[in-house]
Amino acid sequence: MQKQAGLIVNPIAGMGGKVGLKGTDGPRILEQAIRIGATPEAPQRAARALERLAGLRHDIHFLTCPGDMGENELASAGFEYTVLGPPTTGETTAEDTERAARRMREEGVDLLLFVGGDGTARNIYNAVGDRLPVLGVPAGVKMHSAVFGTTPGNAGELAELFLRGKATGTREAEVMDIDEDAFRGQRLSARLYGYLRVPFERRLVQSVKAGSTGGEETAVRAIALHVVGNMEPDRAYIIGPGTTTREIMRVLGLPNTLLGVDVVLNKTLLARDVNEGRLLEAIEGRPARIVVTIIGGQGYLFGRGNQQISDRVIERVGKENIIVVATRAKLFALNGEPMLVDTGNERVNKMLSGYVNVITGIKEKIVYKVCS
Amino acid sequence: MSEDMKLRNYHAQVWDEPLLMDKSVKGQRGILVPEAEPGIRSEVGKAEDLIPANMRRKAPPDLPEMAQPQVLRHFTRLSQMTMGNDASNDIGVGTCTMKYSPKVNEALCGLPQMADLHPYQDESTVQGILEILYKTRDFLREISGMDEISFQPASGGQAVYTAASIVRAYHEARGEGTKRDQVITTIFSHPVDAACPATVGYEVVTIMPDKDGYPDIEALKASLSDRTAALLITNPEDIGLYNPRIEEFVKRVHGVGGLCFTDQANANGVLGKARAADAGFDMCHFNLHKTFSSPHGGMGPGCGALAVKEHLAGFLPVPVVKKDGKRYSLDYDRPESIGKVRDFYGNAQVVLRVYAWIMSLGAEGLNQVAETAVLNNNYLEKLLLAVPGITESYGEGKIRLDQIRYSWEKLTADTGVTSEDIERRMTDYGIQAYWTSHHPQLIPEPFTPEPTDSYSREDIEEWAAVMRQISKEAYEDPEKVKSAPHRGITTAVDESAALLHEKCMFTYKKYKRMKAEGK
Repeated sequence: MQKQAGLIVNPIAGMGGKVGLKGTDGPRILEQAIRIGATPEAPQRAARALERLAGLRHDIHFLTCPGDMGENELASAGFEYTVLGPPTTGETTAEDTERAARRMREEGVDLLLFVGGDGTARNIYNAVGDRLPVLGVPAGVKMHSAVFGTTPGNAGELAELFLRGKATGTREAEVMDIDEDAFRGQRLSARLYGYLRVPFERRLVQSVKAGSTGGEETAVRAIALHVVGNMEPDRAYIIGPGTTTREIMRVLGLPNTLLGVDVVLNKTLLARDVNEGRLLEAIEGRPARIVVTIIGGQGYLFGRGNQQISDRVIERVGKENIIVVATRAKLFALNGEPMLVDTGNERVNKMLSGYVNVITGIKEKIVYKVCS
Repeated sequence: MSEDMKLRNYHAQVWDEPLLMDKSVKGQRGILVPEAEPGIRSEVGKAEDLIPANMRRKAPPDLPEMAQPQVLRHFTRLSQMTMGNDASNDIGVGTCTMKYSPKVNEALCGLPQMADLHPYQDESTVQGILEILYKTRDFLREISGMDEISFQPASGGQAVYTAASIVRAYHEARGEGTKRDQVITTIFSHPVDAACPATVGYEVVTIMPDKDGYPDIEALKASLSDRTAALLITNPEDIGLYNPRIEEFVKRVHGVGGLCFTDQANANGVLGKARAADAGFDMCHFNLHKTFSSPHGGMGPGCGALAVKEHLAGFLPVPVVKKDGKRYSLDYDRPESIGKVRDFYGNAQVVLRVYAWIMSLGAEGLNQVAETAVLNNNYLEKLLLAVPGITESYGEGKIRLDQIRYSWEKLTADTGVTSEDIERRMTDYGIQAYWTSHHPQLIPEPFTPEPTDSYSREDIEEWAAVMRQISKEAYEDPEKVKSAPHRGITTAVDESAALLHEKCMFTYKKYKRMKAEGK
């Protein structure tokens, strides 16, 4: 049966990176990038991903955007496609991306493939939320989101498996972005914007020969059961953002703030979606623990997407009371690179550096390195 | 290696053989059992009366009914559709330590003195096999440096489980059973080293490799405490690197009061070269069906011989073989023992084969086993690293011992052909599908060959030539590899069936149900 897929290329993605800018958000930065010699990166990256789909050339019909935003790439790769909307002249904008993604959602494509970086991921997320499977072909300067294939080729391969029905599962992956203006000023502020549904290939996370059933969902459940089973009375538990920590709240039967921080005491909700100030108030005068997981594709434990759990909160709670949770698959996806912390406070960063026991299942831990 | 080595133009025999259950014909029999004679009948009564009434089946079991020639043909056909050690090159089946099992040893096991032994025979009538158990015990004591051996565990996994049970019994005997609730292992140790202590009830703490590929000693230091019950570690690890700091690992674990066990399921890299006891370990085990040549695979029979130092000997499972003057016996009177893990002698025929194998090689021969295996592996490494698309992960430039975990990551990135595609394609050249990796797959697109002491130079070159050929195909015509096998007994299998319960057929009952539902 013929499948329908969407392709959106952000043609300017990545242009800032090679010339030493920290992103390409906004026309001013783009102008600056072109002036100092940046050339488009995204079209070649799109081509490398599409190469992997060549075997499906007659089985997929693409919906795409005019010109450099997909049409040209699909034409030269020899795919069938329908162009949405009138041809654009000159510069493309974030609004073009969002409009096209919304159309694809309405048409109900089987998979939306986009080529870009964190900024593009955010635009796609704004348009489709979790209603479509989406996969990013990496082309941006900033790559904090976890929605991308590790290389354009790998993204193409995963898309192929998914469209052939060989990889049917999806996982929720973080969409994160850094405020580029702040970043350029040497001050860093990353936010967790939401989660996209990304195809998920079993082969990458567990050996078929191992014969065991149960994938990521089972692992996340096991982690949550371990954490809840070891909760102590009269102790506040600060539950950081993320899908792994969300499962803890599910096991407790409590409402959860996926993108924010909640506080649990005696298995009931003490405070919901708190900022730093309210967090410090909530744990005032009582022992507390912090439960966090890796946020985003870069392996950050603190300082990206969970800034509410600030250096002051961490110092108050103490290193020995930090519970780190992550599935093995997420840890291994770091490719041996250490987990990172960036609290903005050198003393706290140093305190957090070293080794941490990561809970990966019921009575199961991996000792993992943390760097600042 | 010559560039134009001729590869085998293999084609599998496809018998399209139905299941035995589907071939059953009502009333057919393989053997007509003679009626009991009247004297016996009057003495013993009816056979069914020997079974208590409440335990008798109400309906006979659903078993296939067939005559002998049809049964023989069925299994011969299945064997012809299977690539076995006797027919094909199985260097690829790494971590399994596949070896030639001398046929003469099979003849020994078939002798009535062995084949007709009964577990309830009086000890005075089984002195021969007890002597062989005792002497093999002495061989393994010398090889490991340990003090006492148990042949009871029937597999490597059961030996590790027995070791984990001994860890628990040891700490309980010292009043620290509750406090010491963690076992430490490494990510490239055999997965049983984590699974067995977890089954016994321990929390398992796993150490990742450092930048050189060795278990990170800083991570070890960070995980030791008064909760540490033991270290269960494989060395050399799955990726073929020997941990040069193994003594320090042991010392540090002992320093906090933990025990140390090393998994020597596959001892080919160290046999006669390094003794577990000399590195300070309290326990180790050997898979006699791997390193020591007894046939391997197909669920046994196996034997995971467990070796321990004197201070743990009392905890070994019963029975332990003993010698008192000239008389051999099985000692069941061991008050500290963790109890039984199996009945009677264990798999004594495995021990008989091992005894014969050791006697035929002698000490010098056993030393040569390790040397040949390591040389073979390093020769294969040289050939494979010249194949486009193959790389090694971790420990670049370091000497490997008996096996290596390679990666096709580069080839996959270049061509889209995965390690599993290649695994299926290689059977078209008449060599066995390789072993990719233990779980979890930390190294992308992995494969793990192990050219043990049994393979010739020609075997190794044939194996490498097949890898080179498939790499060439992947770069020139990736679909050819992706759609393999082309000359096998089946076309590509839906691998998700191994994971998805709704696609698996564990029993004939489920097979019938799925067939009825048209799946």
